[in-house]
Amino acid sequence: MKKRSGTFYLLMVPVLLWLGLLIVIPHLDMVYRSFRFETDDWEMVFSLNNYLTFFQDQIYWLTFVKTALYSIGVTFLAFVVTFPVAFYLTKVVGKKYSSFMTLLLLIPIWIGELVTVYGWMILLRDNGVINTFLMNIGIIKEPIEMLFTNFSMTIGLLYMSMLFMIVPMMSALDSLDDSLIEAASDLGASKWTIFRKIIIPYTTPGIVSGGIIVFMLVIGDYVAPNILGGKSSLWFTEQIYNKFLMSFNWNEGAAFGFLLLGLSSGIVWVALKLSGQKLEKVGS
Amino acid sequence: MSYVLEIKNVTKKFGDFTAVKSVSFNVEDGGFFSILGGSGCGKTTLLRMISGFENVTEGELLIRGESMEGIPPERRPVNIVFQNLALFPMMNVEKNVAFGLQRQKLPKNEVNSRVTEMLERVGLIGFEKKKVTELSGGQRQRVAIARSLVLRPSILLLDEPLGALDRKLREHMKIELKVLQREIGTTFIYITHDQSEALVMSDYVAVMNEGQFEQIDTPKNLYKNPATSFVAGFVGESNEFNITSYADGELTTDNGCKLVKPGLDYQPKKLFIRPEAFILDSPETLPDVALINTRIKNILFDGANTKLSVVVKESADEMLISLPQNAKFDNLHDGDDLQVGIHQDDLKCYQN
Repeated sequence: MKKRSGTFYLLMVPVLLWLGLLIVIPHLDMVYRSFRFETDDWEMVFSLNNYLTFFQDQIYWLTFVKTALYSIGVTFLAFVVTFPVAFYLTKVVGKKYSSFMTLLLLIPIWIGELVTVYGWMILLRDNGVINTFLMNIGIIKEPIEMLFTNFSMTIGLLYMSMLFMIVPMMSALDSLDDSLIEAASDLGASKWTIFRKIIIPYTTPGIVSGGIIVFMLVIGDYVAPNILGGKSSLWFTEQIYNKFLMSFNWNEGAAFGFLLLGLSSGIVWVALKLSGQKLEKVGS
Repeated sequence: MSYVLEIKNVTKKFGDFTAVKSVSFNVEDGGFFSILGGSGCGKTTLLRMISGFENVTEGELLIRGESMEGIPPERRPVNIVFQNLALFPMMNVEKNVAFGLQRQKLPKNEVNSRVTEMLERVGLIGFEKKKVTELSGGQRQRVAIARSLVLRPSILLLDEPLGALDRKLREHMKIELKVLQREIGTTFIYITHDQSEALVMSDYVAVMNEGQFEQIDTPKNLYKNPATSFVAGFVGESNEFNITSYADGELTTDNGCKLVKPGLDYQPKKLFIRPEAFILDSPETLPDVALINTRIKNILFDGANTKLSVVVKESADEMLISLPQNAKFDNLHDGDDLQVGIHQDDLKCYQN
């Protein structure tokens, strides 16, 4: 092992400070809180009660199951929607236009999630752009209720997370040599077979890494479910928010936060196992 | 004789650019046919038209007598070995080779037996489960060839597959490919810019230049009797001279050599002489041999390819003469005078 110089340790200081002060210490504090419980005699004791609440009260774990299923669904939708775009940008249009078009894709991120969410409200509300248009051309008589439903929430989540799918997928597709596609075609593969047997297996690391980012962003998002989902669409982050800021029960809130972390990590782990990928490979 | 491939006046245009200009040729079944040409001569375009990745702009392309018009690559009885091999990196050796057979929906045991048979033939038994990224260059080459040959195509197209190999391995693979082709009997069409590859392996070689074929011939004829000045300059080494005058069977070159070449019924402009055609220390009595007095400028030592760089007396233009590495010529030095002879049959004259 090489002996490290003083400069090396000096340069490590910002990283260690950042990790320590902003991540490790607050998390340790939260772990500690999540095991604290106030008894009927207003006494603080160590207990698993905060975690048990989640399993005992149906509303919490049902919300979590719904959140997880919707997140998986949005991740899948993000793949379906962005794969053709990524393929088009890397394999169909030339290099010249592809970088410009990628830039166009990034613009919504500059605006920020909150503003784009309000943009969707303008489009989706009862007297919004879509309903007005459909009524004017006579397809529908009454406006369709789209806003404050699971539908509008899904659209909002999809819109804010899509790009994080496209970028890793584009870099995977970019490294796919066109001659592999030609070789498969030469060996007798149909377009569908090429897609299934060559393109998808080749880009799986990119798809999985994009999928993990999208899934984590979606499952931990607060803005889109809260604003676009309205009252009828419960999201697990809203439960955590309510614990902290509505019922001022920080201990239970902390426990719920760790449950979200644990369960979503578990889902990612299962997804990695199912797709036969390794975290190190996907992460690079 | 049946032709496995017939190309009739095939032209390929990309916009205003004509990549292949009205090329016609036939390939006999079971032969090793090479297309030799520099980069950008249209040889790859021609190959891509045969395999179906490019459309033919004009003309006709028949494989085993059937027109290939409108037939996509996956339904043509030809397979291609790509320049970069294009092995599927996410599959092991066995799966790469089985890929094409599985597309034909053959029963599993037939797929397995044919894959094993083919791997045995290319000497890759024991490598079935290896990832293609773990193989050496020569092994990858063999996987690519096996992957195509296992489908028993009418024609195997090879697009400079030896280009990426190092010199030693390339020499080895040349012989291996030729032997393999003989054993299997499949028609090979081999695209290359390397004349040694084309000459060593092929039964017939087509020399391509600017989208047209200059000559189609056996390697030996191509070398001995180049049909055009391009072939004479491109295949093998040659000294090129401009002819300043020709009359009564006697020609004069721009560096002052007077040589006899009787019986030309055209006005020659260019003269090519191979370095090894010169007779060193020529006796004066040989029939039909003209003598040239030269002075040695340089000895370019390169083992068996050693050349003398000489100037014809009273001229500055240098020309190359092969120098056999034997005791007779070991005492030659820079600056020595040397008389060389040249037989009139070794003077290759062209109109342009």
